Amino acid sequence: MTAADEHLRVIREELEGDERDSPAAVADSLIELEDVFLTFDKPILKGVSLEARKGETLMVAGESGTGKSTILKLILRLLIPDSGRITVLGEDVGALTFPEALELRKQIGMVFQNAALFDSLTVFDNIAYPLRENTDLDDERIIETVREKLDFVDLDPDEVMLQLPSQLSGGMRKRVGVARAIATDPCIVLYDEPTAGLDPLTVGRINELIRKLQRELKVTSILVTHDIRAGFRVADRVNLLRHGEIVFDGSPEEMVAANDSYIKSFLS
Amino acid sequence: MSSFAGAVETRIRTTAHGVLEYFILGARSLRFAFSRPFYWRDLLVQMDRIGVGSLPIVLLTGLFTGMVLALQSSVELTRFGAEVYIGNLVGASMVRELGPVLCALMVAGRAASGIAAELGSMKVTEQIDALQSFGTDPIRKLATPRILAGLLMLPVLTVVTDVIGIFGGLIVAVFRIGITADAYIQGVLSTLAQSGFLLGIIPKDFVAGLIKPVAFGGIITLTSCFYGLNTKGGTEGVGQAATSAVVVCSVLILATNYFLTQFMFVVLGPGR
Repeated sequence: MTAADEHLRVIREELEGDERDSPAAVADSLIELEDVFLTFDKPILKGVSLEARKGETLMVAGESGTGKSTILKLILRLLIPDSGRITVLGEDVGALTFPEALELRKQIGMVFQNAALFDSLTVFDNIAYPLRENTDLDDERIIETVREKLDFVDLDPDEVMLQLPSQLSGGMRKRVGVARAIATDPCIVLYDEPTAGLDPLTVGRINELIRKLQRELKVTSILVTHDIRAGFRVADRVNLLRHGEIVFDGSPEEMVAANDSYIKSFLS
Repeated sequence: MSSFAGAVETRIRTTAHGVLEYFILGARSLRFAFSRPFYWRDLLVQMDRIGVGSLPIVLLTGLFTGMVLALQSSVELTRFGAEVYIGNLVGASMVRELGPVLCALMVAGRAASGIAAELGSMKVTEQIDALQSFGTDPIRKLATPRILAGLLMLPVLTVVTDVIGIFGGLIVAVFRIGITADAYIQGVLSTLAQSGFLLGIIPKDFVAGLIKPVAFGGIITLTSCFYGLNTKGGTEGVGQAATSAVVVCSVLILATNYFLTQFMFVVLGPGR
């Protein structure tokens, strides 16, 4: 048995042993990309179509530089496609004005690759930021919500609230990033490489956190990652991106069982 | 040859596009000053950083400029026995040109690089994307408070530079050249009165001296926000944005100073 076969066997065993506790996805899609093209200096996306259904966690996998994070930026309308249609919560994102897009973004939480915490603000102010911007909560209620979210991501509020992001470890920063993304209880959460650069134990903690979000908050999620093993632990469905095109759409189990040579080499 | 022409055309297009974006950023930033939400706290923080933070270098610049101006002019004026006019010369030079321009150049060196580097690092670490993901317009949150702070604080800093420059000239005039403080101050006041008054009470030199820094404040903060918000390419890009912001600010300040002076010759009369 080669090392690649051994790796695939481990993934298969992990999938079999996994208790899937995410809610059964219902048919309505909350996010839909139809035939999306995007070119910068070179073509990035070449006719990408995908959908994330209500309550499911869709994993978008692919090699580095294939346009995975770009998809998240298109959903948030931080980028505009050359052609194609993007629908989020029933709204055609391309037809929205800039203020309308800002309104739509309030219903989406985004966990950035390097957490993207505001480095001049404390942990408390970082998590309180979306609450102050998008709600009418008074200071007392904001403090209460921040503490609640920090508890949710397994961080001790009394210990970290007044710290600056630079004083936190990589894993703690990621968890604060998650707490900030869910501060306003969005119905969609987008994750951009949430486990990149973390040690295996912290990866496990972040995965557990994503599953907890699925289980308790029933959010619809898109998870962009090239960490297949970590992604399979939380994803209901996988889309594999190659050279700007989706080359696979199915469950993690179907992906592992696929006979395609590229998928096999990607998994191994 | 055709590739050279193509490269020139691309360069012109990029520059024209950049200039258009620069003015759009300025227009949007000012428009957000009159609509809600308004980030008052950020405005106060920026006023403190740009205004109070720049005070030490502006004080030193003004003081030594006034002193050297008095010293240099004394050499020529003494030859004609006209050293009592040192106050006139220092007062006119400081209030009309050196105060506004040197103050603006100093603030550009300090604040423009700081703003461009701060916004640039926010851009490359996705903090600006994060702001947008929370439904915040980064121009409203980041550019508007900085530009307003620049517009408000530069005139204040310029008045400080003028006053401390005139004071520096006084020190040299009294202790090094030997004219009386009275004669020096009379010289300064008579120069300010000489160019006439607006509405009968406000010296025109003073008005002109306050119009220029408003424009310079806008140039410094708008240019640095523009370079900061358009930073590309990681930490190297942040350094490049800071450098470009300072260089472009300095050139724009000097060029705008000439055109504003010309403009004020027309508007405020030939006395200036």
